[in-house]
Amino acid sequence: MSEGLVQTVLIALLGGALRVSTPFMFVALGECLTEKSGRVNLGLEGTLVLGAMTAYAISFHSGSPWLGVLAAGCAGAALGAIHGFVCKLPRVNDIAFGIAMMLLGTGLAFFFGKAYIQPSAPRLDAISLGGWSSDPRIASALQVHPLLLVGILVALAMWWAFANTRWGLLVRMSGDSAQSARAMGVSVDLVRFLATAAGGFLAGIGGAFLSLYYPGSWNQGLSSGQGLMAVALVIFARWNPLRCVAAALLFGATGAIGPALQSVGITQGYYFFNAAPYILTLVIMIGSAGSQKAGRDVPGELSITK
Amino acid sequence: MQASAPGIVQGGRAIGLETVGFSKQFGALRALDDVTLKVEPGSFHALLGENGAGKSTLVKCIMGFYRADSGDLLLDGREEKIRNPREARALGLGMVYQHFTLAPALTGAENLVISRADAPAIIDWAKETKRLDAFLDRMPFRAPLHVPVSQLSAGEKQKLEILKLLYLDQRFLILDEPTSVLTPQEADEILSLLRGMTDRGEITILMITHKFREVTAFADSLTVLRRGARVGGGKVGEITTEAMARMMIGDTPIRERAARQPTPPRAPLLELAAVYAVGPEGKNVLDGVDLKVRGGEIVGLAGVSGNGQSQLVEAMSGQIAIDDGCVLIRNQRFEPTREAFHRLKIFGLPEEPLKNAAAARMSVAENMAFRNFERPPNASLGWWLRPSAIRARARDLIGRYHVKTQSPDAPIGDLSGGNVQRAILARELSSDVDVLIVANPCFGLDFASVAEIRAQIMDQRNRGAAVLLISEDLDEILELSDQVAVMSEGRVVYVAPIAQTDRATIGMHMAGHD
Repeated sequence: MSEGLVQTVLIALLGGALRVSTPFMFVALGECLTEKSGRVNLGLEGTLVLGAMTAYAISFHSGSPWLGVLAAGCAGAALGAIHGFVCKLPRVNDIAFGIAMMLLGTGLAFFFGKAYIQPSAPRLDAISLGGWSSDPRIASALQVHPLLLVGILVALAMWWAFANTRWGLLVRMSGDSAQSARAMGVSVDLVRFLATAAGGFLAGIGGAFLSLYYPGSWNQGLSSGQGLMAVALVIFARWNPLRCVAAALLFGATGAIGPALQSVGITQGYYFFNAAPYILTLVIMIGSAGSQKAGRDVPGELSITK
Repeated sequence: MQASAPGIVQGGRAIGLETVGFSKQFGALRALDDVTLKVEPGSFHALLGENGAGKSTLVKCIMGFYRADSGDLLLDGREEKIRNPREARALGLGMVYQHFTLAPALTGAENLVISRADAPAIIDWAKETKRLDAFLDRMPFRAPLHVPVSQLSAGEKQKLEILKLLYLDQRFLILDEPTSVLTPQEADEILSLLRGMTDRGEITILMITHKFREVTAFADSLTVLRRGARVGGGKVGEITTEAMARMMIGDTPIRERAARQPTPPRAPLLELAAVYAVGPEGKNVLDGVDLKVRGGEIVGLAGVSGNGQSQLVEAMSGQIAIDDGCVLIRNQRFEPTREAFHRLKIFGLPEEPLKNAAAARMSVAENMAFRNFERPPNASLGWWLRPSAIRARARDLIGRYHVKTQSPDAPIGDLSGGNVQRAILARELSSDVDVLIVANPCFGLDFASVAEIRAQIMDQRNRGAAVLLISEDLDEILELSDQVAVMSEGRVVYVAPIAQTDRATIGMHMAGHD
């Protein structure tokens, strides 16, 4: 392979990372917040799909894609709130209920979304950060969507808040030792309810990105398990919001391997390379399962680790 | 309300507390029966009683976890109603529980700041650190504040728990068996510092304990509960420890202490040679354990909890893997398989037997057959079980070991702690025993059960079994052992015959000093 081709592939991977990673990032940040409080919400896949549908529908009706983004967040927060409320009832398993919420979210999205498969809604515009380069490939790869920047800001804010705010400490404490939190008179259920709802809000926004920017339409096959992979990603990122961003970019880049190779004429194994994110998920799950560091960073109250 | 101003403990602000006629009914059980307890301001008051005597219920009623059915609570002579722990906290009452209540992943500083009722929404760490340092300077002891609590030793955690209460300006401290996780030296240090604070009138202390030594050394007054009622109390010094013990147990007859018969020296039956095991965090939880136990000998393994004792038991029972080194029984390498346990006659009573040695929802009879359900007469052909035989054998053991259960078919989880302990011990001792491994066999049991279980252990020794007794209760070790070993940070750091050692020496080694 000549140098130019390698360059093309690398630039395509960069572009893919910047383009594809945003939904991963939002779902992972949402899941990170929820898990830090001591709950697992596997329903975020459903939240993502419902967010995508809601964003598309609201954008279509209102003409404002940003209103769609907000609506997607609210839909996600509503699903999160249901999860947060039901899981505080005695003997409800958050993982089982999360799976039910995943099916509910996708089901609702398909039901209400039937009417929006055909029409075209106004999309979100990207910011071009590649103006400095004369290379058109770089210019197109650096088409960055504002939501990506928002996601990075959210991650920074979460990382700062976990260490420096009362709410951050309360979330960590509830996730680490519910008994300690209760002994202080903190309502662990309330903290988890709010964390799950806020996590749902973020995941909903991730969905809006899918339908309003990339791929940029609403259909039933829009999400291919990104919401579920984001859960794996949180484990990989060891519950650190900044590492969630890095992990999301990595996942985005692997997702772009197939198209990038295709763009330089390598079509062999296209479907295999398209499966790269899933393979990466598997490898990461196996690798991190035995990791001692992950064992130390995992919130103590998480039901997957108990 | 002053609780927001952290740690301004000044002289003369200790709170006095009085419960008048506290009663509490749980179903058919009268947990508290007209209990009157008077704790003078600035005193160090000990609350004694056996397990189930109502000590915990009483302090939980004071702290607002439960509501007493009747009775009044007086603070400094004023009647107060405490409906929940938050109200107790606002009135200056604080409690240190037997389990730690600090969030392990948070640092000490984070734990302290967030525990404040007025923790700021955005925490200015520079300012808070300065305030914490100033607070620590006024305290008689310190604890590391800037590492996650999970990395602290048990003693440091316990100090931090107490510092937290003082930081929250709580001036009536209830301590629930505060020294069970400490070395004798650490316990003495913390208690004497607290005693100094009570003497200066800064705080009042109500301490639940069962260690007479701590009562006589540090407390100035005491109250004894039995079966939910106050049976005695007064000034320390006016009541002998014998009298305290009598008040605690009442007229319950106690089996005579098993006599230690002289045994001829024998060859080591159980030998651990450089046993290593890596824990989940990558640290060596067992760091080259060497230990020998002869037949007809009890080796008491002392140590502060969390120094590898539980892992040692788990490694020998096959619950965790041994990464290096080996366990020898009669000079043969021992792998923890069912077949080897049977052939080499190894039995054991792990700590928390309901969790570690029983299936809580299976019946007492089934649990008692765990060791031999596939052998005749419990089964034919090695797989066809005969429940009638299993039940008959269980009935026999239940009778012989005085297990209180409604029937052999009751789930073992329904039994009280002491009876689960007896049932499992019955199972383990019912056949010929060569090696016996027991861990904290008497934890949380009443006097009668304690005496009986210790006698059973001594019987096995006298019959020639090699007994490894792992215990956090130093008195138990001193009473039963022929040899004392001390475990610290995953290693056996000290071994000595019982006649050539004493509490202070053992304590030094428990703390990791040579």
